[in-house]
Amino acid sequence: MVTSITSYGRSGTADWLMQRVSAVILLAYFLCIGGFLVTTPDLSFDVWSSYFNTRAMRIFSLLAIISIAAHAWIGIWGVSTDYLTTRMAGANGDTLRWIFQAACAVLIFVYFVWTIEILWGV
Amino acid sequence: MLNVSIYRYNPATDKAPYMQDIQVDTGGRDMMVLDLLEMVKTNDTTMSYRRSCREGVCGSDGVNMNGKNGLACITPLSEVVKNNKLVLRPLPGLPVIRDLVVDMGQFYKQYEKVKPFLLNDTPAPAIERLQSPEDRAKLDGLYECILCACCSTACPSFWWNPDRFIGPSGLLQAYRFLADSRDEATEQRLADLDDPFSVFRCHGIQNCVSVCPKGLNPTKAIGHIRNMLLGRAT
Repeated sequence: MVTSITSYGRSGTADWLMQRVSAVILLAYFLCIGGFLVTTPDLSFDVWSSYFNTRAMRIFSLLAIISIAAHAWIGIWGVSTDYLTTRMAGANGDTLRWIFQAACAVLIFVYFVWTIEILWGV
Repeated sequence: MLNVSIYRYNPATDKAPYMQDIQVDTGGRDMMVLDLLEMVKTNDTTMSYRRSCREGVCGSDGVNMNGKNGLACITPLSEVVKNNKLVLRPLPGLPVIRDLVVDMGQFYKQYEKVKPFLLNDTPAPAIERLQSPEDRAKLDGLYECILCACCSTACPSFWWNPDRFIGPSGLLQAYRFLADSRDEATEQRLADLDDPFSVFRCHGIQNCVSVCPKGLNPTKAIGHIRNMLLGRAT
């Protein structure tokens, strides 16, 4: 069996399941937010802010942020191991892939922390 | 006259592959693509392709015809010719040995990986290992694969990772033995497939299903393998 130390769960089954579960969570989250936007005619900062300050939305938002980070990593990892390889990108393919994966990991982490700061900072 | 464009490459004499345009007089007949290749070869004996049984059983003459993989011997011109033009290329993704002949080594390596034989340590009975008709029926749609490689070479995931993704053909064979009631190595077979590449590079685009000359459905078999892996891991 090929061991992939940079894949999300080190197992194809785990990654596949996480990709689907996170997709369902994200769909539910965006439907929830979309539904709120559609059903709230007088949307002000206070209404929007208090909506995100409810415990349910805090839990749901944190779940969605974790899901988007996991979903993004599994997707990016799949794309990079398809196209950024020595077969597809030449002799420097492996180096390119490592740099790309590291950059994506940092970016996902920054977005993760930033989103938490936006939602619950101050 | 039919306009035919054939991929030509002889590594001994050509610096790079090229497309050779020729006109073939089919006499208005709807022949098989293999018959057309035979006509071309009569005039140009340097043109190479594989063939054997000429009736869709041996799987030797898999080629890419107007962009779609298939067996030249059972594909009539009327099925593939568009605007009186036929473009013939070798199966995509595999190294070309010469003209339409490809090196199937990588394809066979993936086939070998799935251990395409019964694994059973129980002492064999005096006559044979019996199967119920129901258990035998589970192998229908799986055992018919002739290893022509039309499916795996139509799969982008196999093009990108031919050394790590088993490919539709190999996975169809893998499920053929996972589904066999006489096989005892289900756990070992599944453990060997549970990495991010072997099975899960399949994104279900079903190119394999649309090109299989035997009408088989590798995507469905891959789905069964995935369900078995999920059942085992959750």
